[in-house]
Amino acid sequence: MSGASVTGPSRRLKWAAGILVVGYALITLMPLLWIMATGFKTSPDSIAYPPKVIFAPSLEGYVNLFTTQTRQTADYLAANPPQTWYEKIVHDRGMVITGTSRFGERFMNSVIIGFGSTFLSVVLGTLAAYAFSRYRIPLKDDLMFFILSTRMMPPVAVAIPIFLMFRNLGLSDTHAGMILLYTAVNLSLAVWLLKGFIDEIPREYEEAALIDGYTRFQAFTKVVLPQAATGIASTAIFCLIFAWNEYAFAVLLTSGTAQTAPPFIPTIIGVGGRDWPAVAAGATIFLVPVVVFTVLLRKHLLRGITFGAVRK
Amino acid sequence: MAEVTLHEVSKRYGATVALDRVSLTIADGAFVVLLGPTGAGKTTTLRLISGLEAPDGGDILIGGRSVLRDTPAQRDVAMVFQQYSLYPHMSVRDNLAFPLRSPVLRTPEDEIARKVREVAEVLRIEGKLDNKATALSGGEMQRVSIGRALVRDPQLFLMDEPLSSLDAKLRADLRVELKRIHATLGATLLYVTHDQIEAMTMATEIGVLDQGRLVQFGTPREVYESPVSLYVAARLGLPRINTLPAGLFAGAPAGAKTIGLRPEHIRQGEGRPAQVLRIEPLGDQTRLHLRLDGHDIVTLTDVHTDLEPGDSIAIEPRNALYFDATGARIV
Repeated sequence: MSGASVTGPSRRLKWAAGILVVGYALITLMPLLWIMATGFKTSPDSIAYPPKVIFAPSLEGYVNLFTTQTRQTADYLAANPPQTWYEKIVHDRGMVITGTSRFGERFMNSVIIGFGSTFLSVVLGTLAAYAFSRYRIPLKDDLMFFILSTRMMPPVAVAIPIFLMFRNLGLSDTHAGMILLYTAVNLSLAVWLLKGFIDEIPREYEEAALIDGYTRFQAFTKVVLPQAATGIASTAIFCLIFAWNEYAFAVLLTSGTAQTAPPFIPTIIGVGGRDWPAVAAGATIFLVPVVVFTVLLRKHLLRGITFGAVRK
Repeated sequence: MAEVTLHEVSKRYGATVALDRVSLTIADGAFVVLLGPTGAGKTTTLRLISGLEAPDGGDILIGGRSVLRDTPAQRDVAMVFQQYSLYPHMSVRDNLAFPLRSPVLRTPEDEIARKVREVAEVLRIEGKLDNKATALSGGEMQRVSIGRALVRDPQLFLMDEPLSSLDAKLRADLRVELKRIHATLGATLLYVTHDQIEAMTMATEIGVLDQGRLVQFGTPREVYESPVSLYVAARLGLPRINTLPAGLFAGAPAGAKTIGLRPEHIRQGEGRPAQVLRIEPLGDQTRLHLRLDGHDIVTLTDVHTDLEPGDSIAIEPRNALYFDATGARIV
């Protein structure tokens, strides 16, 4: 075949691989696309049968997501015409806006708890991984195994003891409590991932820095950290994805102040009928931070996932 | 620059003895080369002096003062590693400036710029200053890492086989360069290698290490001409010294077990007949592989020799070295 290199895959193979990848991506992304589309449907469209692929887009779901509403009489509606585009959407369905919903608040809780625990996990994980990688620690292998063993059962298996502990310590339904919990769960993953990355950084760099006049800690911050950036970034993404999506503990341990978005979004279903567009809108917005974070760090993530597969 | 003294320094790693009561004085301005095979304790010596490791016993003095309690930063030594010598996330310029920016030195930026430029000129890497360290060739990398030692003006330079990963041509160039730097700066250098050419060409003194012990210390000429043992004799000289049973030739002193013959110890034309096996013309010299009573001997001959394999040539020792059963030198 012309144009095919001797060593590389043939053009036909590349096409086949491309079709396979695109096909697979379409299949896995389908539910996601459907949710995002549902967010822009009207309530009747969202439950229409057969399902509507082509529909008139509406922001009804998003307005419902962020507001609380009540039904009003035709007289009242006629006497109080809508002032804004979102009031009009609600008005057309015989409703009026009575206030903002709790979604924004819950979303911010998710941001604070998700990013807070990710930050803590990565900071503590990096320090611990560095110590495990560089220092002679008694029972090092046993300790590493112990750290990993905390991940050997589903975290929810310890839900009851944690629930009791949180109640006694006054950590239930607090941001600090949730950050601590997610950090504790993520830390084992962070230590293991980061130890692998730091092991790969030759000690000679730090030794050179020590001789060049720096202290151990300065050698760590100026020489080790920049080279571990890839590992730190990919670890941060894994930690954030876990903390962001965690549902079971969030249901169990939060109800108001510190409730995150995952347990909140399903509650929308119960408010004023089954409002699928609002649920879908919530899910879509919920996706945004993780996607943005991952896109920002994607180069590091790619290297992180394939790390160790290629000999440098 | 300062005098450096090791006094009865020992170091073990578990059951392995890396250094066994090594005493050594590196005079101010000396270029001392430590020679020995892998595992002889060369690198350990450097790591102990630099402070990366602590000795199990003995004392290390720099400029007459014990430095055992000092951190590597406080000892004011510079070290060139065999590899991994450059910080990969920095430019060449930042690599060179790194020691000057340390909390120990805190050099003003204009002086850093001046020194970096100077060193870059000496090592001919001016054009590469803004490259990333990883974008350099092996030779350039090693020159930068030597440069990182040079910018500092430390008490002592430690070099751990800095040229071993380079090709022959570059190695020869940098050998000359190092020798010149030593001469112009009057620097004190402790240099580790297993390459005898580096040792012979650059050293003011050579220390030979054998399994953690310093077996001989002297000028290259002394170590070459009067080795204390067979082990030391085998470390220097190309082609390598021939070791043969002492009884092969008449005239061996009492107690001699082995005779050591360097090419210049073999007189051709008289003595016992040896068979010519191979002739290796190397351009500037021609090596002659001989066999005598089942023993292989390598020596040198006239560059334009007309000897051929199968010929016979008479040889006898002249001022040879004799060693006893333990390998110690007798005569």
